[in-house]
Amino acid sequence: MAILIDRDTRVIVQGITGKEGSFHTKLMLDYGTKVVAGVTPGKGGREVHGVPVYDTVEEAVKNHGADASIVFVPARFAPDAVYEAIDAGLKLVVVITEHIPVHDTMRFVNYAKSKGTVIIGPNCPGIIVPGRIKIGIMPVSPFKPGNVAVISRSGTLTYEVAAAMTREGIGQSVAIGIGGDPIVGLDFVEALEMLEKDPETKAVVMIGEIGGDMEERVAAMYREGRFTKPIVAYIAGRTAPPGKRMGHAGAIISMGTGAYQDKVEALRKAGIPVAKMPYDIPKLLKEVL
Amino acid sequence: MKLYEYESKQIFAKYGIPVPRGFVLERGADIKELLKKHGIEPPVAIKSQVLVGGRGKAGGIKIAKTVEDAARIAEELFNKPIKGLLPKVLLVEEAVPHEAELYASITMDRARRRPVVLVSRLGGVDIEEIAKEKPEEIHRAYIDPWIGLRGYMARGLGKKLGLSGKRLQVFEKILLAMYQIFVDYDGDLVEINPLAVTSDGLVALDAKIIIDDNALFRHPEIAKRDPAETGEYTELEAKAQRLGFAFVELDGDVGIIGNGAGLTMATMDLVYERGGKPANFLDIGGGASAERVKEALKILYEFPKAKVIFMNIFGGITRCDEVARGIVAAIKEVGQKKPIIVRLTGTNEEEGRKILQEAGLEAFIDPVEAADKAIQLARER
Ligand SMILES: Nc1ncnc2c1ncn2[C@@H]1O[C@H](COP(=O)(O)OP(=O)(O)O)[C@@H](O)[C@H]1O
Ligand SMILES: [Mg+2]
Repeated sequence: MAILIDRDTRVIVQGITGKEGSFHTKLMLDYGTKVVAGVTPGKGGREVHGVPVYDTVEEAVKNHGADASIVFVPARFAPDAVYEAIDAGLKLVVVITEHIPVHDTMRFVNYAKSKGTVIIGPNCPGIIVPGRIKIGIMPVSPFKPGNVAVISRSGTLTYEVAAAMTREGIGQSVAIGIGGDPIVGLDFVEALEMLEKDPETKAVVMIGEIGGDMEERVAAMYREGRFTKPIVAYIAGRTAPPGKRMGHAGAIISMGTGAYQDKVEALRKAGIPVAKMPYDIPKLLKEVL
Repeated sequence: MKLYEYESKQIFAKYGIPVPRGFVLERGADIKELLKKHGIEPPVAIKSQVLVGGRGKAGGIKIAKTVEDAARIAEELFNKPIKGLLPKVLLVEEAVPHEAELYASITMDRARRRPVVLVSRLGGVDIEEIAKEKPEEIHRAYIDPWIGLRGYMARGLGKKLGLSGKRLQVFEKILLAMYQIFVDYDGDLVEINPLAVTSDGLVALDAKIIIDDNALFRHPEIAKRDPAETGEYTELEAKAQRLGFAFVELDGDVGIIGNGAGLTMATMDLVYERGGKPANFLDIGGGASAERVKEALKILYEFPKAKVIFMNIFGGITRCDEVARGIVAAIKEVGQKKPIIVRLTGTNEEEGRKILQEAGLEAFIDPVEAADKAIQLARER
């Protein structure tokens, strides 16, 4: 077991009949993910790439048993899909959908917590345990099994860094894109709490960006000894001006928080090396491993 | 999306938050007549309606003591850019005599994943400044979304600001109304700065509401507005937005296109790290088709600050051959107006590189080499 998921995690795809849902169902199946059912309201009874489709999550769970779901439902309807997954008792819900209003996310993230469900995302690429399973939309070629975890607020940057690591012979125990929105479910601190206990993870790469104070909270956690494995970081957005949203809804310096310099300073002070370029991460990793 | 002060004040008034009596003055309208019509007598505050903070300091807020004064000041403010923006309308309202200026806002606390109410005795200045210089002067209450802001919490905050009696009651009413607005309008921010302490109560002298762009579908009357017209975005930024691109203008000369927000930012940073200056942020997103790539290139063709175009593509869901086809299509359609430096790697990379080579374009694998080349070409132009 890495963290959160493993080879035999049983997955439901919500929004499976849509273009993205069906496309990525195929890719997940190809990677070996146990996609046991799909859900699209009103389209129960069909099949997508051999996966049976149901109208409700409840039926899908009853007929196939499931631990996790992945949500491809459009923003307006995504909150409903997430509540449905939580209420059906799923322990992990990966929300790929972009552009969900932050008030909606805030509410379902709080609800999930009260029910013991972990949310990854929204606006995220998902989670992959290389060589075993992926619940997400990431390309698989950058990843190979290993013992360094990657946690990231960005999708493509994760692939870029993983590819650079893999080229240098450093594989990954797990890679999680936690999402680019201002409020997300699983955050860096919570992911690190899990990774601290994961025997398969020896070190962590954290890819942050401007906006919010998640990286600063990781720095505090590290300084206080609540995470004890080596971390190497990269922060995107050094040249981003304050007050402007840089693509991700969460990548914005506002009300005096979220600046690049503050994050880098906090991390360095805590003893976490910060790479100037994502391409320098393998080198920094070799120094700490 | 940011609302103008006058729009925010209209919403405030609807929710029972005390605001000064006033009216919106259009260009060319007769202020003297309107003052009479609304029964407002000088002194009045005349306020430039532009979407930037610190208008007071920038000379966008003036007090007129007589009707003649008011006419002259209005004329002046209509023609005075505030931080580069000319107002389309002015807000004319009673000047409210007051003893003190407080601060109150509601925003989303990202770490705690819930709304937070911030109040301070030190209103009238930017909250950033208070946070930096006197953080102990900011009082907070975190709101459980299932319970909402309760009266006792609002009163507790009021006590911390030294309020009592009728003012405390008004304060409670104001905070509860602000919270309701925050929820009803999908607020990123609802702010009153300053909240004036008057002889018999409290009045919101300024008003700021920012609505979550992703929630605009729930607020169609507001969504209709053209983002370029508000000055919040430039013409080209607004155009890119309409095409569905995240595009931000910066000050350098190396045009940037990336796939994914993180990678695009990292590409800007890479250019800076190598001694160049990024001209913009432009994210083509995941799985972009050749058509999208072409559209993106055309945006940077139109952007004079970008002397060269540096495309950094990590093919995942996005296929390198699609990207290459888009580049070639753009060149075919409108010519190669600026040097295009491409770094391509990932899915279908070989095919992509071949397509580019046939069109006479070089494709880099190493992003650092590509950045160096882009910076050098920008310098030469
Ligand atoms: N109606 C008014 N009556 C009296 N003073 C006002 C009035 N409106 C604004 N002011 C004064 O002008 C200052 C700046 O106005 P404000 O609306 O806060 O603009 P900004 O925040 O853009 O500077 C306020 O702090 C307040 O002191
Ligand atoms: Mg103000």
